[in-house]
Amino acid sequence: MVPTSYYLILSAILFGLGVVAFIFKRNVITIFMSIEVMLNAVNLAFVAFSQAKHQSDGQVFVLFVIVVAAAEAAVGLGIIILMARVRQSLNVERVDLLKL
Amino acid sequence: MTMLEHLWIIPLLPLLGSAVNGLFGAKWPNKIVNGVALNATGFSFLAALEAVREFFSAPNNQALVHKHFFDWISAGKFTAGFDLQMDQLTVVMVLVVTGVGFLIHIYSTGYMAHEGGYYRFFSYLNLFMFFMLILVLAANYSVLFVGWEGVGLCSYLLIGFYFLRKSASDAAKKAFIVNRIGDFGFMLGMFLLFRTFGSLDFTTVFAAAANPAWGHEGWGQFGTFTVVCLLIFMGATGKSAQLPLYVWLPDAMEGPTPVSALIHAATMVTAGVYVVARSNILFVHSETAMVVVAVVGCATAIFAATIGLVQTDIKKVLAYSTVSQLGYMFLACGVGAFSAGIFHLMTHAFFKALLFLAAGSVIHAMGGEQDMRHMGGLSKKIKYTYWTMLMATLAISGAPLFAGFFSKDQILLGAYMIPGGKPLYAIGLLTALLTAFYMFRLIFLTFHGNQRYDEHHVHVHESPWSMLGPLVILAILSIFGGWLALPAFWGGPDYFANFLAPVFSSGAESGAAAAAAEAAAHSLELPLAGVAVFTALVGFLVAFWLYIRQPGKPEAIAKSMQGAYNTLLNKYYVDELYAAVIIKPLMWLSTDVLWKIVDVAGIDGTVNGIARGATSLGDTVRHTQSGNTRSYAVWVVIGALVVIAVIFLWPYWSAAKPVTGMVR
Repeated sequence: MVPTSYYLILSAILFGLGVVAFIFKRNVITIFMSIEVMLNAVNLAFVAFSQAKHQSDGQVFVLFVIVVAAAEAAVGLGIIILMARVRQSLNVERVDLLKL
Repeated sequence: MTMLEHLWIIPLLPLLGSAVNGLFGAKWPNKIVNGVALNATGFSFLAALEAVREFFSAPNNQALVHKHFFDWISAGKFTAGFDLQMDQLTVVMVLVVTGVGFLIHIYSTGYMAHEGGYYRFFSYLNLFMFFMLILVLAANYSVLFVGWEGVGLCSYLLIGFYFLRKSASDAAKKAFIVNRIGDFGFMLGMFLLFRTFGSLDFTTVFAAAANPAWGHEGWGQFGTFTVVCLLIFMGATGKSAQLPLYVWLPDAMEGPTPVSALIHAATMVTAGVYVVARSNILFVHSETAMVVVAVVGCATAIFAATIGLVQTDIKKVLAYSTVSQLGYMFLACGVGAFSAGIFHLMTHAFFKALLFLAAGSVIHAMGGEQDMRHMGGLSKKIKYTYWTMLMATLAISGAPLFAGFFSKDQILLGAYMIPGGKPLYAIGLLTALLTAFYMFRLIFLTFHGNQRYDEHHVHVHESPWSMLGPLVILAILSIFGGWLALPAFWGGPDYFANFLAPVFSSGAESGAAAAAAEAAAHSLELPLAGVAVFTALVGFLVAFWLYIRQPGKPEAIAKSMQGAYNTLLNKYYVDELYAAVIIKPLMWLSTDVLWKIVDVAGIDGTVNGIARGATSLGDTVRHTQSGNTRSYAVWVVIGALVVIAVIFLWPYWSAAKPVTGMVR
């Protein structure tokens, strides 16, 4: 049996990768994917704890997160398509109408 | 006993007149305004007469009548009722105020007939009567103070009656502000009285003060009585135009002449004397206060008289004469001759009101001219005015058997009698000489000598009878008003002093000592009167010689004594002195310190500084909101890290507690 800490370390690495990608990438789709990575890193942690503690709460949370992520993906991709149409670009740097 | 039961009717009538005229009079013709104003004061006079008649006919030997009408203020231990009272002193005051006031109202209907704001004038004048009657009828210091402030207000309104003229509105403000200084002292005096006696009622305070246990405060001792009396006297110096607060009265001549006669000669300015006389029981406890009153009165008398010598405006001469005569009254109070002071107050009300009204008649005849240098030779043209004014002049100069002769004589006698009073007597006598001189100078310049005006421009005409009637009545009073004290001259009773004795009794020594003092006074009375008449005659002769015999001489004398003459003409530069010592530093303080430093730099600076600080802080911080999505992400991450760090590290920072419950 794989120790729980391994899962948690993997989860933390995935989450860190997601954060770094979110901050340093410019392509809005990559950013979007990095969010998904982070979400799934959290899911992994939930499942790991659930298994370690022999409680099902974590797995229920994971289901919720997957549902919300799906909804978010729908809305997010819609925004991205609109952005691609209006700006002819997927570079997030250029979405700066609120900039002073 | 109906009117005595309802004393409130006496002041209420003028208040009603004032309200009716003030609210509805604007569109009414003069006749109706006259009717309201004259009826209000006339009936008030009749009511006062009736009240006095009842007071005299009361079976209980003219005892003090004290009426409580309603509770006015009740706060903690302090209570002040709306109480009116009637005693011998009130009788004199109330009759003078309503009587002279009524005559001046009649006169005003003639004098003001062609002026704008007719209803306003009579509304103010009636309001003044109301407050003055409250002042003299009051039975405690709080109600008295209402009247005291009220007459000040009316004085302000009436001095500034021609408010479009800047000098008039300035004079009004000056009068009001200078009076505030005195009132400040008066109020402090009242507070101290309340603290000492727990009441402001005259009966309570005076009964408590009469208790011999309080003892006598000698010269240089500053006990409660001395401080109270000096503070009250400070109020009196403001209201009654004594040194050093007299400066407003000469300027008050900007008001219409009837106002000068009523408020600034006959009634309001004597309120200070009235208050000092009313508080005589307090004053006799303190030698210091008495000496201060006497010295200030005496100094004011001579000071104002010297200024009066050279003034050329007919009303200004009378104004300084009023200040001087008020000084006389305070001199009387200060030497303990309170009844003489009140006697002089009464006769002065007659002859000074007459002088002002006659001066008004002269001004009316000359079409507004007030400068005596442009008059002369009027005696033939305005006979009634001339003769009545001459009567008043004889009265004020102290010609034998005229009213002023008796009252002034009593005051000088009082000054002569007290120990150490000889210098006061001498100065008083000198003032009498100066008074005779400047009054006859006024008469000669105005009515005698060559005509110094252009007949084509000035159409001299006698005033209507509505103005001459009051003049004649006042002239009769100026002649006979002093005869109440006449029998005292051949050792008989002094009716006036005896009448007032119940009010002033505590001041006099008792029994044999008093009798001995009285006998001594009687033996001195005739010689002193002779001396006084002689000095008045000297004053008259000097005036006669300078202004009738050698009309060019005064100018020559003025030239030869240029410095002294200019000093007098500029009123000893007191106004300039006050401007330099008080007004300028005050203006500097309020402009350069309070305005520019405290207000602009301090208060505004703080407010604006805070605003500027907020702006610049926002300007600095706004750069964190770059609009760049990823920079927000960085902030979120940093925030999350900080939160996590706090959650995990907190227990180590606060050391005492072990990690429990945070992470399960």
